[in-house]
Amino acid sequence: MYALLVEPFVEFAFMRSALAGALMLSAGACPVGVFLMLRRMSLTGDAMAHAILPGAAAGFLLFGLELLPMTVGGLAAGMVVALGAGAVSRLTVQTEDASLAAFYLISLALGVLMVSLRGSSVDLMHVLFGSVLSLDGPGLALIGGVAALTLATLALIWRGLVAECLDPLFLRSVSRVGPPVHFIFLALVVLNLVGGFQALGTLLAVGMMMLPAAAARFWTVRLMPMVALSVAIGALASVAGLLLSYHLSLPSGPAIVLSAGIAYVVSLVFGARGLIASAHPSHRHRTA
Amino acid sequence: MSDPCLTFEDLTLGYRSHPAVHHLSGTLARGSLTALVGPNGAGKSTLMKGIVGVLEPMSGRVSRQAGTTLAYLPQQSEIDRSFPARVADLVGLGLWPRRGLLGRFTAADRKALDEALAAVGLSGFEDRPIDTLSGGQLQRALFARVLVQDAELILLDEPFNAVDAKTVGDLVALIERWHGEGRTIVTAAHDLELVRRHFPETLLIARRPVAWGATGETLTAENLARARGFTEAWADDAPWCDDHDLGHDAAGAHAHAHGHAHQAAPRLAAGSDAR
Repeated sequence: MYALLVEPFVEFAFMRSALAGALMLSAGACPVGVFLMLRRMSLTGDAMAHAILPGAAAGFLLFGLELLPMTVGGLAAGMVVALGAGAVSRLTVQTEDASLAAFYLISLALGVLMVSLRGSSVDLMHVLFGSVLSLDGPGLALIGGVAALTLATLALIWRGLVAECLDPLFLRSVSRVGPPVHFIFLALVVLNLVGGFQALGTLLAVGMMMLPAAAARFWTVRLMPMVALSVAIGALASVAGLLLSYHLSLPSGPAIVLSAGIAYVVSLVFGARGLIASAHPSHRHRTA
Repeated sequence: MSDPCLTFEDLTLGYRSHPAVHHLSGTLARGSLTALVGPNGAGKSTLMKGIVGVLEPMSGRVSRQAGTTLAYLPQQSEIDRSFPARVADLVGLGLWPRRGLLGRFTAADRKALDEALAAVGLSGFEDRPIDTLSGGQLQRALFARVLVQDAELILLDEPFNAVDAKTVGDLVALIERWHGEGRTIVTAAHDLELVRRHFPETLLIARRPVAWGATGETLTAENLARARGFTEAWADDAPWCDDHDLGHDAAGAHAHAHGHAHQAAPRLAAGSDAR
């Protein structure tokens, strides 16, 4: 049991830093994912992950596989797309999902073009699928910083974010804080995806954001427990995924996201509000 | 002249250059209880949005007396009932004007919340998820939120839609309590009997103001017929309105509906737009 569950982390430093990175990523990305899901913006994370690509690719083109330029580039591209799509939807009749689709497709095409200009498909695979096992000090610091900033910001804007989700018209009638809160939240999405693409790659970072959130939705009708549960599921998936990857020699990023996927399917079937609970409603009932 | 709470100056509100509220002038006295009556599409909700400020005027102005706090209960709320919130969370939004984004809720706030729920008959519902509420219960919860907001100016957009007689009675009792406390209240309503019984003043609109004043004088058969003659449709080729008729008494509380150039042929309301 020890050899199966603990030894890989004791024995190998790269496993320890991979674990630390994945856990910190869960702490930041999963709560963001819960709000994305509750705002019916689950696919926004996906779109944003694609949108980050040209920025990261520009950094890669200019400086090679370096953390800082790829991060800064990804952040810049993500912010342009998030703010651009948000602004278009607020200033015109176009809804946010449509403008986001337009922006991210342009961005993605640019990104693929730029990656293909230089580098082999191995490099492209690295950008797309990440390499949690090669996380180094700066990479860990980046993920840790993102997680801390995310949690602090969420605590600050929590009430506004809840109000904006629950009753946006009411919030507009009492305060002008709605739009800034929305944009700060979109910035958090970009920040976590950029942090995530170091560990998991652009395509899978969003899995860590959305799958634990979607799984947690099946268990509770309260917001705070839902957020806490999503973080727990994300952490569990990180540990399980890394162990699977170690013992079965699987790529680590997909193993982590697939573990989260298993948690989702289990929740979907067995959750308190899942398939079985819905298919077999209790026939016992109270008098009032 | 009594203390004005709300002033309209030749206010025109609308969407994409088509007016939904056309040239409204006048004042709403502090402490007044006014019913807003008119056919569907007459601009009742638009007027409320204009007062709240979520819709910018196309021309003219609507101004609240400085420092007047406002509570607004929209007809079509944008509440996401699938959001994992409890009744207490929804009603607690009413604390926003006092506590804002970061202010800590105090014991007094919690007490105000409990009292508001008790006042609308929802004691014990604090922890219920909002998606388990019936339509009437949700409306009661939203009234509780207005109570918590403790505002001087209260706008209720068709609050009696789709609620049963008992709930209507309870909600009317709350409105009369607010009136007794000196708050200024505007309520959009369709039930003329209810308006005659409980609302001292009425503003009858059909895109443009038809009549405004004491309910008994406003809701006459003649005025109602004029309001009914209004058509909702707007025409793409309607001529541009450059009628900035200033002939009405903007300062007088209730004189505005008379002498307005548009009133000369109100039955031709849409026709005059298309002329």
